[in-house]
Amino acid sequence: MNLRRDVFQAIADPTRRAILLLVASQSLTAGAIASNFDTARPTVSKHLQILTECELLQQEQNGREIYYHINAKKMKEVADFIEPFRQMWDDRFNKLEAIMKNYKSEK
Amino acid sequence: MERKTKVNAEEGKQELVITRKFSLSLELLFKAYVEPDLVEQWMGTKVLKLESKKHGSWQFETTDAQGNVVFGANGVIHEFVPNRKITRTFEMENSPFAVQLEFLEFEQLTDDTSKLTMHIVYRSVALRDQMLKLPFAQGLNMAHNRLQDTLNKLK
Repeated sequence: MNLRRDVFQAIADPTRRAILLLVASQSLTAGAIASNFDTARPTVSKHLQILTECELLQQEQNGREIYYHINAKKMKEVADFIEPFRQMWDDRFNKLEAIMKNYKSEK
Repeated sequence: MERKTKVNAEEGKQELVITRKFSLSLELLFKAYVEPDLVEQWMGTKVLKLESKKHGSWQFETTDAQGNVVFGANGVIHEFVPNRKITRTFEMENSPFAVQLEFLEFEQLTDDTSKLTMHIVYRSVALRDQMLKLPFAQGLNMAHNRLQDTLNKLK
């Protein structure tokens, strides 16, 4: 089964977010990435596959090794995508807070 | 810097959690959810009905300058514990979105700070993801409407 991967779902997983953070600072091989986790190697490979499929990670051949590096452009898209939803609630709650502070001082 | 409003939406789940810390006492925060005129102010919508009690129901409506309904929502209240929690359903009228279940929990942090945890359960994972994307689409729509308004004025 090969479902079309949703970028949003990809970053909702904590291990995958940790992988993205790890690779954000430098390109790493699958082995180097896996060594940072207690999770079994095939599980990490699966995460890498998902992140690559939805273009958050890019592979680069360097000699015999494959390095993973972050796709900054795609990452920005993702950050922008959930942000409006959070922003909408943040605005709403800011308003609530301002109104209630005002309400309190009127009393 | 820690953000005051956080959204946690885990992969493949049909739910999400919104948390917010307020510089308000627990009582004031809860009041903002109960008093219809206060709800109207911060939600920016008209409150047609708000029966804050077990088995009560609520109805909100927003109309544009011409009196057309642009947003309508309603639901029922399942649980109502003052200064602690509200469990309710939320359904947007005339929309493809199914009813959602909301668990609102209010906590006191200090005398004048409080926290709201809003746990929303959707009918499906796909629907939740669609709701998450909605402000994106709305933002585009609003920009388009503003443009349309401006163009109409020019005519």
